Amino acid sequence: MKYEAVIGLEVHAELLTDSKIFCGCSTKFGSEPNTQVCPVCLGLPGTLPVLNKKVVEYAVRAGLALNCTIANFSKMDRKNYFYPDLPKAYQISQYDLPLCSNGYIEIEVEGGTKRIGIKRIHIEEDAGKLLHEGTDGSLVDYNRAGVPLIEIVSEPDISTPEEAYQYLVKLKSILEYTEVSDCKMQEGSLRVDTNVSVRPVGTTDLGTKIELKNLNSFKAVQKALEYEIKRQIKVLEEGGTIVQETRRWNEAKGITEPMRTKEEAHDYRYFPEPDLVPIIVTEEWKEEIRKTLPEMPDAKRERFITQYGLPEYDAKVITSSKKMADFFEKCASNYHSPKIVSNWLMGEFARLLNDTGREIDEVPITPDMLIELLKLVDDNVISGSIAKTVFEEMFFTGKNPQIIVEEKGLRQIADEGELRRIVRKVIEENPKSVEDYKKGKEKALGFLVGQVMKETKGKANPQLTNQLLREELSK
Amino acid sequence: MELYSLTVHELKELLHKREVSAQEVTKSYLERIKEVEPKVDALVTITEEFALERAKVADEMIKKGEAKDLTGIPVIIKDNISTEGIRTTCSSKMLENYIPPYNATVVERLLNEGVVILGKSNLDEFAMGSSTENSAFKITKNPWDLSRVPGGSSGGSAVAVAADEAAFALGSDTGGSIRQPASLCGVVGMKPTYGLVSRYGLVAFASSLDQIGPFTKDVTDCAIVLNAIAGHDPLDSTSVKIEKPDYTSYLKEDIKGFRIGVAKEFFGAGIEEGVKETVEKAIKVFEDLGAEIIDISIPYVEYALPAYYIIASAEASSNLARYDGIRYGHIAKNYEDLVDMYMTSRSEGFGKEVKRRIMLGTYALSSGYYDAYYKKALKVRTLIKNDFERAFEKCDVIVGPTSPTVAFKIGERTNDPLAMYLADIYTVSVNIAGLPAISIPCGLSEGLPVGLQIIGKHFDEGRILNVAYAFEKAYKFDAKPQAIGGER
Ligand SMILES: [Zn+2]
Repeated sequence: MKYEAVIGLEVHAELLTDSKIFCGCSTKFGSEPNTQVCPVCLGLPGTLPVLNKKVVEYAVRAGLALNCTIANFSKMDRKNYFYPDLPKAYQISQYDLPLCSNGYIEIEVEGGTKRIGIKRIHIEEDAGKLLHEGTDGSLVDYNRAGVPLIEIVSEPDISTPEEAYQYLVKLKSILEYTEVSDCKMQEGSLRVDTNVSVRPVGTTDLGTKIELKNLNSFKAVQKALEYEIKRQIKVLEEGGTIVQETRRWNEAKGITEPMRTKEEAHDYRYFPEPDLVPIIVTEEWKEEIRKTLPEMPDAKRERFITQYGLPEYDAKVITSSKKMADFFEKCASNYHSPKIVSNWLMGEFARLLNDTGREIDEVPITPDMLIELLKLVDDNVISGSIAKTVFEEMFFTGKNPQIIVEEKGLRQIADEGELRRIVRKVIEENPKSVEDYKKGKEKALGFLVGQVMKETKGKANPQLTNQLLREELSK
Repeated sequence: MELYSLTVHELKELLHKREVSAQEVTKSYLERIKEVEPKVDALVTITEEFALERAKVADEMIKKGEAKDLTGIPVIIKDNISTEGIRTTCSSKMLENYIPPYNATVVERLLNEGVVILGKSNLDEFAMGSSTENSAFKITKNPWDLSRVPGGSSGGSAVAVAADEAAFALGSDTGGSIRQPASLCGVVGMKPTYGLVSRYGLVAFASSLDQIGPFTKDVTDCAIVLNAIAGHDPLDSTSVKIEKPDYTSYLKEDIKGFRIGVAKEFFGAGIEEGVKETVEKAIKVFEDLGAEIIDISIPYVEYALPAYYIIASAEASSNLARYDGIRYGHIAKNYEDLVDMYMTSRSEGFGKEVKRRIMLGTYALSSGYYDAYYKKALKVRTLIKNDFERAFEKCDVIVGPTSPTVAFKIGERTNDPLAMYLADIYTVSVNIAGLPAISIPCGLSEGLPVGLQIIGKHFDEGRILNVAYAFEKAYKFDAKPQAIGGER
């Protein structure tokens, strides 16, 4: 029997508002514990929430960018449960009347695009953070309590782990483009939960749903889903049944494991939040927010293809991140070859960002600096391979490329006399290769070029080296 | 005549004319508290030092010519209203040592007026009760008969005013908690329209019903205090942005042509004959003043009490969930794990009635029961609102008894929660509909005060004050509680 998977994704994104959702406290990340708190977000007796209008605005902007219907009337509700990170013992969230609903995202699949439905987007407050330090109990940091979140719930339209991955990449890029969230998974400003069930192809009844947690990257989501789908199919094929449960992705072992939580059905006893009034989004306000929407990734990609002549693949990779796209555009508008810029962004730059886990705006390289580097190559001041060394130095130190070249003496040897002397020395020291070359082994020339580069620490002008070697060898 | 027996407006005149100083007034009250407090047990905390300090500030204000209506006037605040640096216990073991780091908006407004805070008054734990017997600390006694309850939950505040421990007091009213004790203690108590007075800093019992209001010795004082505490507060989303009138401008004796509604539902089973007769006499007073008495009906009011206990308890079950002992409040000494810590701390910290309501409310919100209880109660709420709206098409105010009985004996109803809940039968519908209402003394029955409730349209406090003032002038209620003694 063949099986297919039904996957749903729930994404929590922290909104980039300056202050929290119900009080004036700062939302800044990484401050000393419990320094961004007040009576309201600590839930002290008698305090009341006041909804931050910016939160509604940001959520509506995300909703519009994700093609949602915006409710002109919605409300907040209380979700009741006990946990030390939740100061009021209820989370103010939205239950039956979310702010946005019925949206979609288009992702690329084999043979075209696929539309993944977005069931709803609602606003809610984040909880604090439990810090397990030492053995004597836990500590709680409430800085995060009350930071605004949107929860984006997909329809179960996703059928493969690859589609789930594509959906997340696209969603992240849209949220970044609209500047409602910085989507940093490592800082917890983007969190993903997923649920998956399998069923025989051709049937319509949904199988038993398994929820997956502890997914720290989009790749982890994909891998966890791949594992989980295989596991479920195996259980069914062996005549077993799937038990509804929450499983945890174990990144190190590459498997999902049952979470060791007490199996208790949660009854959140949702009811309308009596301390807040309904949220009214008028048609005018909605249109005002719509006007602030920037160019979306798909539109930008098309434009990059036509305006800068980028290949489709390059345009897609570069526009997947707004910061990358902005960086590209700043370079491309001041440089003769957009394709060379895109090669650098997708090559060295992407590699170093990936290796260091940093974002493009967290490194000290500016578009002007990159252009300067490219011009040094164009003007034969340095070679392409030396440029990579210089770039790495720029990446970590933020130093100007010109200065790096001078400080490290990386300027290309293009002086014919000097280079000829080195070429002669190499020929003298490698009689075997010279002989091979003369016997017609072209490969031997490559070896000799390499020896010249070694001798000059890579600074020899490659064309000139080639030319001089051939001249000397033919003597 | 002692200073402590004067009204706010009488004291104000003496203070403004600088015939007495705020410090003298304050000392007079502090003496009075020492004298009667052992008999009535109305206060949880007495803030003598802070009071004298505030009195000095008030005298400064007066000296500089910056005196306001309430400058130098001594007040007692119900102990579920947050006071910065002064413990706010809600008369619960849970918050016995809790000191708020901020002031409730009403307290902030009163302090800006230059009031002198004398202390915090006793209440039924977390404002749940109708007799002030549910306090974790003490049972407050009715100054008219020390063997009787003062009503509740703001019993301490009502007694503080009735026994001259303060010139006025603040209470909170969720289902009658200002009006019913005002009625049982023979003072004036008002529950303003939901949204007129900020709830910021009032420790929540039932958020959609709670409202802060004044206890005073007469109707004029009620208008003066309302002027000080009413008005929009950006910290409370449910506080309404309206143009606030000068409530004292409504203090007129003329009510000729006013249409006064009398609903038969407010004279139903359970009403004491003495209460009924006293209220009927009061209605006759309105007739003599030239008002038109109109029979009206509020049929759904019979469902008000069950709807109230579902809505209020549901909200309370959520509002009181934050008392888990982790950040403040009572925490168990010994516990096994997190769940055990929650259970033990809460079992030890809350009293019987609070636990009863938390259970009731949790049940009403549980999946499978939500529709049958909470949702249905909300529907009843809408029906009652509609009933009142229809009634107010025919009349300007509705009058009736505040409580079906006079003050009952201490202990009489403690083992019968349903009998206790009936004490609020005439008051809860007003909270459910979010309307304003006042209770003013209208006579004695068996030597105990009877309260007249006057209910108005939303934000029509002015009209209520007008009617109440006219009654007060025409019918002088000058009986004083005799059980506590002292020069009056
Ligand atoms: Zn805060």
